Amino acid sequence: MTCQETGQLIHALADGELDLTKSLEIETHLKGCETCVLALEEIRGLGYLMKDASLRFTPSASFEKRLRLAVRREVKEKPMTQGWWRWSMAAASLALLALAVWAAVVLLIRPSSETFVAQEVVSSHVRSLMAQHLTDVQSSDQHTVKPWFDGKLDFSPPVKDFVQQGFELKGGRLDYIDNRPVAAVVYQRRQHLINVFVWPAKSGAKPTTQASVRQGYNLMRWSSSGMEWWAISDLNLAELQQLVQLLQN
Amino acid sequence: MPELISAVRFEEVTLPHLHAAYNLARWLVRNDQDAEDVVQEAYLRAFKFFDGYRGGESRTWLLTIVRNSCYSWLQRNRAHELTDSIDERHEDTAIDFANPELRLLQDADAQMVRAALAELPLEFREVMVMRELEELSYKEIATIADLPIGTVMSRLARGRKRLHSILVTRMGVETKGGAA
Repeated sequence: MTCQETGQLIHALADGELDLTKSLEIETHLKGCETCVLALEEIRGLGYLMKDASLRFTPSASFEKRLRLAVRREVKEKPMTQGWWRWSMAAASLALLALAVWAAVVLLIRPSSETFVAQEVVSSHVRSLMAQHLTDVQSSDQHTVKPWFDGKLDFSPPVKDFVQQGFELKGGRLDYIDNRPVAAVVYQRRQHLINVFVWPAKSGAKPTTQASVRQGYNLMRWSSSGMEWWAISDLNLAELQQLVQLLQN
Repeated sequence: MPELISAVRFEEVTLPHLHAAYNLARWLVRNDQDAEDVVQEAYLRAFKFFDGYRGGESRTWLLTIVRNSCYSWLQRNRAHELTDSIDERHEDTAIDFANPELRLLQDADAQMVRAALAELPLEFREVMVMRELEELSYKEIATIADLPIGTVMSRLARGRKRLHSILVTRMGVETKGGAA
């Protein structure tokens, strides 16, 4: 390190602002350079001189008192913008934010009642296939199946056989969906089983036919003659729609 | 009473730095009454922006506002002090300090050092006050004065050099005067 380079860093050294590497480099230089040692002593001496000379000005006690009063006065003059107004605005915007978040959670995360029913339909369908409990009454005769529901439900589900059209009636079963007992009518198309759930529709139910896919199953819902209908199967949608049309006629 | 709570909190944060604030302002405007006015203005300004203060280095935060208030005040009242622009390009060499005047300087009294410091151009005076009297770090000075750390370092070097030479000259004159 040269004297020139040392001159640029010697103040940082005196002020304790130099990193270790640079400090070591500069100290190596100082060992062999009396000029720079003297310069460092001079800088440090000047620092001591300034501190010893008590050059700091101190504010008077009366000024500190006046300053406190001035701040308090400022508080009183602008309470609306400085104080509670700002706080209440902050509180109000927080409340609005909370409301927006809550609404988003309700609308986006909580499922609508229809999604909820659809999920129940899928679960019932899967359960009926898994538990070897597809039907309570096993018959391909609609005149056996329909009367079986009498006395078990507070409504009479329409039951028809469409074997001519390729949908064989397998039987009927009691199930529980949307917080009520419902009728499940089971059809078969080739190897595919179809559950048709039916129960009295709530007032204002949408009559439109809606198709959806859930967990690989095709679902169709509609309402007609005061009944809420759901059909579900692993059958392709086109053939499921055929059955739905037959049921709607 | 949130406004009073805010005022109490403001005082807790800022009053411990009143001496530093006053000393800096006093050295920049060089007059007791003006320093009081400027510090009060700075405190009221700080209070107005207290919502924007996010904790952390309160001394740096407050002194930045004090320094800005000083510069505004100088702009309004003594604009000529701000117009003397200094040359930032300067090669520092240790040799400038190599004349051993230390023993001479030890005899300098407070009054003389005070006068010499007051004589320094504003740009040098403020970094000298912040470093030597308030013992702020280069980083803190850089933040308060809104300067790169390298500029802080070079202004400090040149400020010391000037102060040194002013003192040496004064001491020399006095010694000669005393001998005569």
